[in-house]
Amino acid sequence: MMSILDFDFMRRALVAAAMIGLIAPLIGVFLVQRRLALLGDGMGHVALMGVGLAFLLGTAPIPTAMVTAVIGAFLIEFIRHRSRTAGDVALALLFYGGIAGGVLFASLAPGRASSSLNSYLFGSLSTVAASDLWALGALAICVLAILAVFGRELFAVSLDPDVARVQGIRVQAMSTLLAILAAIVVVVGMRVVGLLLVSAIMIVPVAAAQQISRSFRSTAAIAVVIGLIASLAGLTGSFYVEVPPGPAIVILALACFAVLALVAVPVRRRRLDIA
Amino acid sequence: MSETVIGIERLCVEFDGEHVLEDVTIDIHAGDFIALLGPNGSGKTTLIRAILDLQPLGHGRISLFGVPQKRFKRWDRIALVPQRLPGASSIPVSVWETVMSGSITPQTRWRPFSRSEKRAATKALHDVDLWDRRRDRLDALSGGQQRRVLVARALASNADVLVMDEPTAGLDAANVAALSRLLAELKQAGKTVLVVTHELDDIEHLVTRAIVLGTSKDRSIGYDGPPPVPNHLAHDHHHHHDAIIDQAPPVVGMQP
Repeated sequence: MMSILDFDFMRRALVAAAMIGLIAPLIGVFLVQRRLALLGDGMGHVALMGVGLAFLLGTAPIPTAMVTAVIGAFLIEFIRHRSRTAGDVALALLFYGGIAGGVLFASLAPGRASSSLNSYLFGSLSTVAASDLWALGALAICVLAILAVFGRELFAVSLDPDVARVQGIRVQAMSTLLAILAAIVVVVGMRVVGLLLVSAIMIVPVAAAQQISRSFRSTAAIAVVIGLIASLAGLTGSFYVEVPPGPAIVILALACFAVLALVAVPVRRRRLDIA
Repeated sequence: MSETVIGIERLCVEFDGEHVLEDVTIDIHAGDFIALLGPNGSGKTTLIRAILDLQPLGHGRISLFGVPQKRFKRWDRIALVPQRLPGASSIPVSVWETVMSGSITPQTRWRPFSRSEKRAATKALHDVDLWDRRRDRLDALSGGQQRRVLVARALASNADVLVMDEPTAGLDAANVAALSRLLAELKQAGKTVLVVTHELDDIEHLVTRAIVLGTSKDRSIGYDGPPPVPNHLAHDHHHHHDAIIDQAPPVVGMQP
């Protein structure tokens, strides 16, 4: 039997999957804490518009999606900040616009662009080019570097925005930074996991980890382990079963959630007995 | 006279055209232990939010350590102790992480926590008698213990001024006693303390100055001086509470 590592495209896909499995939960943990679990979802829709635009204009999809998603991040934060009540609807409009625009632009594009749009929606094993890998790697390192510097401030803001502000932290700037980080994660994940499911790899490992963890740090660490297992195993599985990798990865992450949720019940009960 | 830590000059704040604070002038000096009193809706919380720049001012000026609030940079000298964390129910946060979060500032961005910061957190957790619970999830602690963790966070930040929002509200007698011992130590250490409270009795022996808000329409401050608060003001204050309770709908099944 041939090993999947004998294929160049699979080696590249595995590296890309490892990157998303590593960085997505690290951002997701802040999104969940701030009750913004669906933000990544919307960001994926907005990035889709970038992909459609890239097809139409003949530009490279990753940079175009990156620019669109970052503009989307600013818009989302602006809307969230400006109007508390109508913000909900305004965000929905932005997200619908993203997905409709993406499909529309791709349909208008010459060639068979609209059929390859599918691979951006649900991920694909064969689309990670060597040049993509460099771009994705640079973005992933960017996310890790920003977290190394601003991670604690992001934590303080997600814990208690008022107290963070009294400590001199710029809460609005940190919220915008978090939205931009989510946008980068979406773009890093769009090749392998796909834009419709990329936010799941930010959120599901975190939801699974918080069943058994006792601190923010351990939640993030366990979530990264789950993210890596799900993306690498999901990708490998999708090679053998011939399904798109995105759904396979997300189903595996959900399975981790189910297992940990079941494990957590007796663990919690024991802790209560001790306390 | 000691240094003016918080200077408030003719402050007015309004929400939707309704005056919440009217013509408030207060100088708070280093080492003051102040109880901020008044009925619900009298603007106590608005006043502390205004002091901490969490609330836009209508008119008037606020200065912190002699610096106009908008140009003030040394926010590490002031700590807020809220009643609870807003998002305590989502991701688990340990007691230790909560206490250390008080030392996160833009100035510490480029370095890890220092030994002295960790030592301060360790000492603060010992002070509130929760060192043994440092690895536990915050939400696994009782309400009173969580309140003490938030006090420990403020202590660990080594701020000179502590602003506390109803620290004793809803606590049982044992926790109130533990907390007031802690406040006594803060006072002894020379900290400036501003406590918003409904229950002056618990901490009256520590208070050097009581400020009562919301007793008249055109001026927010009804009393500003040493305790005890003159009877008629304290009385008004109680009356207001009674009124709110009287208006509350009866709770079915709770009749004696």
